[in-house]
Amino acid sequence: MLRGRITAEQVTRGTLRALASIPLAALAALVVILLVQALPAVRYNGLGFFTHDAWLPGSFYADPVTTHGVSHPPGASYGALPLIAGTLESSLLAMVLAVPVGIGTAMLVVEKLPARLSSAAGFFLEVLAGVPSVVYGLWGALTLGPWLARHVSPVIAAHAPDLPILRFFRGATGAGEGLFAAGVVLGIMILPIIAATTRDLLRQVPRQTVEGALALGLTDAESMRMVGFPWVRTGVLGAAVLGLGRALGETMALAMVSGTVLGASPHNFYDTFTTIAATIVSQLDSSLTDGTGFAMHTMAELALVLLAITLLVNVLARVIIHSVSGTALPVGRGV
Amino acid sequence: MTAAALTPGAGARRDGAARARLRFRRRAADAALWSACAAALALVVAPVVWIVADVASRSLVHWHWSLLTRTTVGQGGGLANAIVGTLVIVAGVAVVAGTAGIGGGIYLAEYASERGGSLLRGASEVLAGVPSIVLGYLGYITLVVALHWQFSLGAALIVLSLMVVPYVVKATEVALRQVPASYREGAAALGMRSGYALRKVVIRPALPGIATGLIVAMAIALGETAPLLYTAGWSDHFPTLHLTHSPLGYLTYVTYVFYNEPYASSHQLSHLAALLLIVLVLILIVASRLLVAATQRHAADRT
Repeated sequence: MLRGRITAEQVTRGTLRALASIPLAALAALVVILLVQALPAVRYNGLGFFTHDAWLPGSFYADPVTTHGVSHPPGASYGALPLIAGTLESSLLAMVLAVPVGIGTAMLVVEKLPARLSSAAGFFLEVLAGVPSVVYGLWGALTLGPWLARHVSPVIAAHAPDLPILRFFRGATGAGEGLFAAGVVLGIMILPIIAATTRDLLRQVPRQTVEGALALGLTDAESMRMVGFPWVRTGVLGAAVLGLGRALGETMALAMVSGTVLGASPHNFYDTFTTIAATIVSQLDSSLTDGTGFAMHTMAELALVLLAITLLVNVLARVIIHSVSGTALPVGRGV
Repeated sequence: MTAAALTPGAGARRDGAARARLRFRRRAADAALWSACAAALALVVAPVVWIVADVASRSLVHWHWSLLTRTTVGQGGGLANAIVGTLVIVAGVAVVAGTAGIGGGIYLAEYASERGGSLLRGASEVLAGVPSIVLGYLGYITLVVALHWQFSLGAALIVLSLMVVPYVVKATEVALRQVPASYREGAAALGMRSGYALRKVVIRPALPGIATGLIVAMAIALGETAPLLYTAGWSDHFPTLHLTHSPLGYLTYVTYVFYNEPYASSHQLSHLAALLLIVLVLILIVASRLLVAATQRHAADRT
């Protein structure tokens, strides 16, 4: 009887341990399978994968050719430079836009708004975090993008000086799909992560510290600027990097707003471009038609590059956040 | 100048003027910061209002109830198959990710050793950061192609559940850790075994937190597209509930694929699907808010 009870506990324990191990097993399987799948592409594409622009699947109707022991369609040549650059550029733009707005919102919610209104602001942040990325893509492609192209881009393009780096902001402003619109949409998507995390961190600043600042004669804005915000600065940095991780891996919104142009880098701030994730989702279909399977191997290599970038950024964010607080921060999203 | 400096009254006056200037500067700096913050809040509210108004106005122009009751026919018809498909997927994810996530969370909170726990916890957090398209690719290569499941509910559920399971694990673990130690001590004092105490006593106050995590997982599953395109596929018909060899429709597919078609009917369906997605997300958000409000009231009653 007693023996039976002990085994029941052990069975429960074993089952729970197996369930808890699922994420670890999935990660391991993911890395191994991607590596195996990407290996032929890594061998054929070589280091040129990271340095050139061309995106040529080769001829699917000619006899396959074998190079370095890898069978591929003749003329196949893949360079991921524009995809990697596009991923980084759009995400950086999103950060530049979302970080100040997110911090500003959090400061106002914590310091100025009464409880009822700050709860309402929290509701808007939750909706912003909850809206599916296809819906952002739809709105960005059909409404926001054209609106920016009509009312905002021409103003920036007309006033940007003709200087080395700022020249990037001049020139044709396009019809709405492109780097600028994609950056704005991405910025809105990562805004709730940054705003909600900063808000929760600011609420944890000890009351006495803030009251001490006020007692010394600081105004509420000065105490926020000189005491409250510096108190949580590292945590906010972590939240920003977490938002960056989300932006780098974002797929659908970018597939719909970027213009998904392969084989070329954007000529200016408003030009169409593409990212790694958007390329995988839009090209996987046509990659299946490569009889040698080489296009699919290249997709695996792309997925591996994206995984490496996002994991690096995510781990960095968590190291930063864990170094400042053991508090339970939201995992990945601002909900 | 020297005369003025030597006259005490003038110095005080100048001092007063400088102080007034300083006060003005500080007030102006305050006003500037708070106006900038108010503008930031406006930038949070505006996109929500704009998106909802935009999607609603574009989808309700030629509104007819048959849009909800008919199945998709080519680029037109209705969304009944996609609505049912999305609900099936969300319910399935709640079951699969719920089981795995709650079990995993209980293990991490109650049984895991310090080192083993932090390894499993870290893996779960890292998994949450993996882009959805990468998981979709994995599901396609392994389940759809290698295991010959083809486009199917089973492949979709496994991929989506892997995506959202970290959120359930985290919510469960945090909720269990917040249960006061007196609950466990009381249960132990009554002679309950730990497993029994967990089932009957400790898990009760943690349930709202776990439910909130489950709602977050369902909201994410509801809005995903990239991992479904190459696992669930698409179908004009109602889902068959076969786990393999049977593709199914879902709302995000309609939004993504139909917006690029040249027909007015497909544009309307695309926007209507987006509107329905927003409505479903709002329902989940309100549900989780009610849940949190109810627990807070409960906690206030207890103390």
